[in-house]
Amino acid sequence: MSEQELGTKTHNDWCPGCGNFAILSAIKSVLNELRDEGQKLENVVLVSGIGQHAKIVDYLNLNSFYSLHGRVTPAASGIKLAKPELQVIGFAGDGDAYGEGIEHLIFAAKRNIDITMLIHDNRVYALTTGQSTPTSPLGFKGRSTPAGTREAPLNPLKLMLASGATFIARSYSGKIAHLKQTIKEAILHKGFSLVDILQVCVTFNNLYEYYNRKVYELSGHDPYDYDRALKIMGEWDYNFEAPIALGTIYKRDALTLEAFYRDLPSPSETERQEKIRTLIKNYI
Amino acid sequence: MKLDNFSILIGGEAGYGIDRSSLIIARLLNRMGYRVYIYRDYPSLIRGGHTFSIIRAAARTRVNVHEDKVEMVLALNQDTFDFHKIKLKDNGIIIFDPAKVKADNLPTSIIALAIPLTDLVKEEKGAEIMRNSALLGSFCRVSGIEWGRLEEIFKENFPKELEANLRVARRGFDVSQERLKIVAVDNKRLPLLTGNEALSLGLIRGGLKAYLAYPMTPSSTILHFLAGVADKFGLKVIQPESEIGVVLTALGFAYAGEKVAVGTSGGGFCLMTEGVSFSGMAELPLVFIVGQRTGPSTGLPTYTGQTELHFVLHAGQGEFTRLVVAPGDAEEAYYWGALSLKLAWKYQIPSFILTDKTLAEGTFNFDLKAIASIPEISSSLWERKGEYKRYLDTETGISPLAFAPDSEATVKINSYEHTEAGITTEDPMITKKMQEKRLRKQNYLAEELDHYQLVKTYGEEKSSTALLCWGSNKGVCVELAERLGLKVVQPLVLNPFPLRQFQKALEGAKKIIAIENNATAQLVKLINRYGFKADEKILKYDGRPFALDELEFELSKVLE
Repeated sequence: MSEQELGTKTHNDWCPGCGNFAILSAIKSVLNELRDEGQKLENVVLVSGIGQHAKIVDYLNLNSFYSLHGRVTPAASGIKLAKPELQVIGFAGDGDAYGEGIEHLIFAAKRNIDITMLIHDNRVYALTTGQSTPTSPLGFKGRSTPAGTREAPLNPLKLMLASGATFIARSYSGKIAHLKQTIKEAILHKGFSLVDILQVCVTFNNLYEYYNRKVYELSGHDPYDYDRALKIMGEWDYNFEAPIALGTIYKRDALTLEAFYRDLPSPSETERQEKIRTLIKNYI
Repeated sequence: MKLDNFSILIGGEAGYGIDRSSLIIARLLNRMGYRVYIYRDYPSLIRGGHTFSIIRAAARTRVNVHEDKVEMVLALNQDTFDFHKIKLKDNGIIIFDPAKVKADNLPTSIIALAIPLTDLVKEEKGAEIMRNSALLGSFCRVSGIEWGRLEEIFKENFPKELEANLRVARRGFDVSQERLKIVAVDNKRLPLLTGNEALSLGLIRGGLKAYLAYPMTPSSTILHFLAGVADKFGLKVIQPESEIGVVLTALGFAYAGEKVAVGTSGGGFCLMTEGVSFSGMAELPLVFIVGQRTGPSTGLPTYTGQTELHFVLHAGQGEFTRLVVAPGDAEEAYYWGALSLKLAWKYQIPSFILTDKTLAEGTFNFDLKAIASIPEISSSLWERKGEYKRYLDTETGISPLAFAPDSEATVKINSYEHTEAGITTEDPMITKKMQEKRLRKQNYLAEELDHYQLVKTYGEEKSSTALLCWGSNKGVCVELAERLGLKVVQPLVLNPFPLRQFQKALEGAKKIIAIENNATAQLVKLINRYGFKADEKILKYDGRPFALDELEFELSKVLE
């Protein structure tokens, strides 16, 4: 399967210049690399929510679960718990993951289930034509907030840190090499990993110029240093202009949830019947 | 006192151990050969309040309903004494703890026995909860049940502090006097299971691999039971963050090829409905257990109702095939638990099992041998020819299944309308074709279901008066019909509606009396759609199930 073959013949509906193209291209390269390194791509399951981001699963010729809005994390968790040998990668928008589905995201981080969440964080609802999302800046003028939103954005990285995520990174659709490297690292991390991808929506929230000015790549940072990680996450609050760190900001090693559910022998139909007969004798 | 059919009411505050004591009495009588049923009545709190159980035993026939009038009351507190003394039949016996109960204003027809439970426990230096043991000892002596029988049950039920409990029970036994003689009867001994336990075993029998639920009465005990037997049966039992988390995680399991069920009550099911529609669209098989309780909204959390029939029949946006069943006792819960899971997987649809608090938490005799055999029902698997298409359009509408990881198949499921390969589409021709594919499955499901008994009849087949019931009201209706020479008609499958069998079951019935635990006669509304009507309706919607004597009285008003 070449990079070309990873794709499908489905017509791509994203706007020209959309940051989603970078994510699609990055995931293709990462999967090709992983395959070259011996990983079987039939073990990969892609899960997406609802939104412009979610179309990515239609563009990739791989196992996929096109879920509901906000419901990437629980579906991905179910697939992983059922078959821990699968490599489950979730794609979600910021409205999807940080809005409607935030409870699931927090709990997946808390449980440290070994799935990867790639957040297409364009900070706007694009498919529904431009409303503010949980990461839109204060005063964001969208179609539902013509006078500007009165809500400050939440900082998803700090939220994930507080929730117990064992891998937290940020990347940018304008830096494709960095994006590739970060996504690959997230997938290879054993445990719950999240990459907040600053993905530019050219139609409703074009922040290319802003990001190009503010982003910088972390170097020499020890992601195992919790205090330092917290500090870096706090540098930019998704609101006021400040330096925006890109890279793996926090990481730790911990037992994963699905490890507890491995190798449960399942009885055959006849064994089930026999065991039920034996069990109910205790209820006489 | 009639000792071939009698009831014992035991009550106290929540946290007093009423549940365990009622189960011990039930097992005691069960081992003596009686057929036994337990009705549990408890408030939605952890300690305090008033909780009671009625244990009904019969020497000859099965009993699956309680009676309001009882032969004996065992009162651990004043409320039990005050609320339930009027339920005693003439010459009924009330055993109470004089340290907790002031026995005033007792009718003369009642025999009141003050047994110093608190003092006995203190003398034996036991914990207050051991008043239960003293009471059970006293109950046995008063009822003429040999000490050895209680000792045997105690040994099995008290892993901790067995000796102390036995000592206290023996004191209760010794200070009491025999007032009547409950004698062993000659019946095959049958297990005692709650509806939820039987349903859980049925799911296991049907091949269950995973169960997911967020706690909610009256379905929580399925979660507890399955968690307890998870290792034995190789189950993954998981409690996610919310009912939305439950249903979506379960759909992930279904995608991965593991037979899975979820359980909740009306309120939790509200949250699950987006998953219902998703299951229908993506053709991901999933069993939903909806344990009904008194609504609307939070309602009466620990009481019963039959108000979710139409909710479950219509839950979820869009039109798709679904199976809806409503078992009426523990054996039917087992049978339809297994079958619902198997059929969900054959037709790749959502299946719904409607229970209610009465069935879910009631305790019933369970005869595995009396249950019809559960057939092998296999799912359609991909034959590994050509390119795999998850939604291949076939004559029956059923597409062959493959599961990741599969080196030859890419498995794509989709909540959007999709092509056979699972890719999103808005094409009108494909939309129409796929909609028809999903709905077509219902015809084949209905055809297959017709080989099973979907509508049961009981009582006097030739009677021109039929009691129409569903779910747990089976118990009360069958017993009354047998007593009064009436017929009972009980549909077990409610969607696809078993028209042929329902019509046949009603043959000869000139007067149909619907019995339901709701205020709007939901089953009647359903049969109206198919051209049937009920002549009378007896509806109860105060959270409590019909007692046998209560329904008999209500029926007397509408029977000529």
